[in-house]
Amino acid sequence: MSTKTKLITEPGREVTQDACRVCAPLGACLAFKGVEGAVTLLHGSQGCATYIRRYLISHFREPIDVASSSFTEETAVFGGKANLLAGLDNISRQYTPQLIGVATTCLSETIGDDVAAVLRDRVPADPEEKCKVLNVSTPSYSGSHADGFYRAVRSLVSALTEETSEVFTQRLNVFPGMATPADIRWLKSLFKAWGLEAVVLPDYSDTLDGGLWDTYQRIPSGGTSLAAIRGMGGAECSLEFGHALNPADSAAVWLEECRGVKRLLLGAPVGVAASDLFFHRLQALTGRDFPADLSAERGRLIDAYADGHKYVSGKRAAVYGDADLVATLALFLLEIGVTPVVCAAGGPVSAFREVMKGLVPDFEERGMEVLSDVDFDHIEQATARVGVDFMIGSSKGYKAAKRLGVPLVRVGFPIHDRFGAARQRLMGYDGTQRLFDELVNTLLSHTQEATGLGYSYM
Amino acid sequence: MTGLKLLDERRRQVFEKGSEPADFEIACGKPSLSGAVSQRACVFCGSRVVLYPIADALHIVHGPVGCAAYTWDIRGSRSSGPELHRMSFTTDLRETDIIYGGEKKLEAALRQLIARHNPRAAFVYGTCVVGVIGDDVDAVCRKMTAECGIPVIAVHSEGFKGTKKDGYKAACDALWRIVDSGETTEKRPYSINILGEFNIAGEAWILKEYFRKMGVEVVSTFTGDGRIDEIRNARQASLNLVQCSGSITALASRMKSEYGIPFIRVSFFGIEDVSKALYAVADTFKDNKDIMARTRALVSEELSVLLPQLEKYRKDLTGKKAAIYVGGAFKAFSLIVALRHLGMSVVLAGSQTGNKDDYETLKEICDEGAVIVDDTNPVELCKFMLEKGVDLLIGGVKERPMAYKLGVAFCDHNHERKIPLAGFEGMVAFAKEVHASVMSPVWKFAPRMEAKP
Repeated sequence: MSTKTKLITEPGREVTQDACRVCAPLGACLAFKGVEGAVTLLHGSQGCATYIRRYLISHFREPIDVASSSFTEETAVFGGKANLLAGLDNISRQYTPQLIGVATTCLSETIGDDVAAVLRDRVPADPEEKCKVLNVSTPSYSGSHADGFYRAVRSLVSALTEETSEVFTQRLNVFPGMATPADIRWLKSLFKAWGLEAVVLPDYSDTLDGGLWDTYQRIPSGGTSLAAIRGMGGAECSLEFGHALNPADSAAVWLEECRGVKRLLLGAPVGVAASDLFFHRLQALTGRDFPADLSAERGRLIDAYADGHKYVSGKRAAVYGDADLVATLALFLLEIGVTPVVCAAGGPVSAFREVMKGLVPDFEERGMEVLSDVDFDHIEQATARVGVDFMIGSSKGYKAAKRLGVPLVRVGFPIHDRFGAARQRLMGYDGTQRLFDELVNTLLSHTQEATGLGYSYM
Repeated sequence: MTGLKLLDERRRQVFEKGSEPADFEIACGKPSLSGAVSQRACVFCGSRVVLYPIADALHIVHGPVGCAAYTWDIRGSRSSGPELHRMSFTTDLRETDIIYGGEKKLEAALRQLIARHNPRAAFVYGTCVVGVIGDDVDAVCRKMTAECGIPVIAVHSEGFKGTKKDGYKAACDALWRIVDSGETTEKRPYSINILGEFNIAGEAWILKEYFRKMGVEVVSTFTGDGRIDEIRNARQASLNLVQCSGSITALASRMKSEYGIPFIRVSFFGIEDVSKALYAVADTFKDNKDIMARTRALVSEELSVLLPQLEKYRKDLTGKKAAIYVGGAFKAFSLIVALRHLGMSVVLAGSQTGNKDDYETLKEICDEGAVIVDDTNPVELCKFMLEKGVDLLIGGVKERPMAYKLGVAFCDHNHERKIPLAGFEGMVAFAKEVHASVMSPVWKFAPRMEAKP
């Protein structure tokens, strides 16, 4: 299937039309939201912080404060040091955070600010300040928000995790990637039920999906504690979800190389096979039997697969968005008999084809087109060319789906035109169950509307 | 919460009427304080919001992917025809472009996009990095103008080069170049341009219908449902109405000094202000008595429909307290009046970009005890919302979750909204919006309310 038609716009082309990604600093802001007492400072112009807040808030529907070092023309000429230092002091005074994560932007990177050196030499204005400050390099001209996310998680671990000779069995580090708050909550309760002491990083399950406040919370409660991150070196192993993440950006790789914690990389547990693999790993770690209630959940999911298979069997889909999620969803779709004929990663992901080849060795024979670093214009053209029954990915694919006349199943980030994105569940047998129900219902609804016959019995 | 201290540098930007001396001058127009978590955006944002609704122009963001991605189709500016403005184009600069420069990429992108989309003009927004890597965007634009036969205009909107207001200025400069390329200078009688009207949810169409009934011709709207050729004809109008004054007064002033077109500041939010605006236009054209007569008939007809509808909302809302935090202060004036009409008082008012005169006016029209803030942040907003016990916050997407978290109702009055709030019918929609949120029974579950006896 290497007969790609020449498109008007090709990867490496001069223009991006309707991007299928946003920039790296956003990912860092999201990752730092999952650390207890943390505030993000974006080192650059005021707009970056504001746009990113708007984008995240529209998805999570929660207050998200992101500070900016608010560059002026002078700052851009003489360097951002003074603004950075003032910004840190002001955040410290206004928020009393435990941690400030400084993420760079295209501007501060281009003018060559040495953020690490500024932080190293910094003397806080308030001698009482007990705030840890760390930095991550997230220039917008490199990678995507997903890369910024992974890099920020890695920076947390590399800046905080202490060396230890003690290893605690049944202690686990978990790096779930850009999971939904609901999936993070599910993971935490699962590990607890299995008697595992798991540190999930990041954990924005409360900070980005919490209750109303009786009084103003400068920093919403919740998040992985700094103490827990410090102690990650003593874990038996690290579970990292992902297929396409760059090892150089991986927190688990860093822990393995620098703290001797074994890394177990596996795909996010979406679908029966991926969940089986995940639970087998947990069984191996704990020596436990497969719990009966989980067995029942698995049974219900397979029952649903049987009841619903005719609605999905032989269908064709376009899946797009962040590379790891695209790979995860592609495997799920294949499992239920849908061919993901377009698998498009919006970000520039090195060797995405090889990654997919490793997961689906015969993807070319199956007629799957694997793309990375593509915009929605490209995705739409590829989809139109091969023809699909539905699209699956973020809400930004809505226009393409509408023009193509196919339904859209909204999964991933961002979801700006529907409600409850933070509570979306994908992982485990029951998460997959919800995704499967949603998918089948979307197709049913589309058929019902398309026939126009008004059947209330489908 | 009441114990919360303001950052020292921000003290002069916060005023409480009655507690501070009346001659306290609110500091404003300053760059945002580093680390303060301003609600403002940047220069680029200012330019982008003003030019965005021009629907037959190509808007290309020259820079890395973020700036274009974050502003893709986020606003409710409607078009009656082409919808090029709802697409997102960027040169998506990468590391190598940062090193070797992005001019060639920009040139190729423009060539490709102009051929593909056939726009009537192209706006090239320069973002932060473009300002520091030294791309000569003007030169590329000149070259492409000559090559493609449409105006290709550089908008100097590097994020760090000032505040959102400087972005407005850059947008006005870009608009001026279109306006000034108009060939017909002949004046059309009883005609107007509406400046600073962005046709959010079709608001410009509501206003145009009023003017049609009054017998006044609308030559162009800047920039709602905007078309390049209409903007070119703008100099034929005999009067400019300036609505979103912060963003577009620069252009109106220039059209006044260069073409002698007078302008008046108006607002179309709230009954009083809409009526006032329509009468002001009729008054300008007072040599035509029919216009004034038709305006009177229009206003009276609209009011007769509107007032009874408002009454039921007013009954429920009387005595409730509101906070307003918006981009431009001029909108805040109208909202204060409109809320009063609904029986509500404003206890907290602020803007991202108000000037000295704006804040003097705010100080005058606000009630005793009201807090006025310039370029505020979440901590301050929440502090004052709680201290003042507000029932409603009016703002944009970034302010919304703060209100909800505290159990406070919210009304979106920003560019993302999909509901028209201008004109007489907009006032009803506004009342309905406010009422639906303030009177929602869900707030009884909010901890703040549950704690109350």
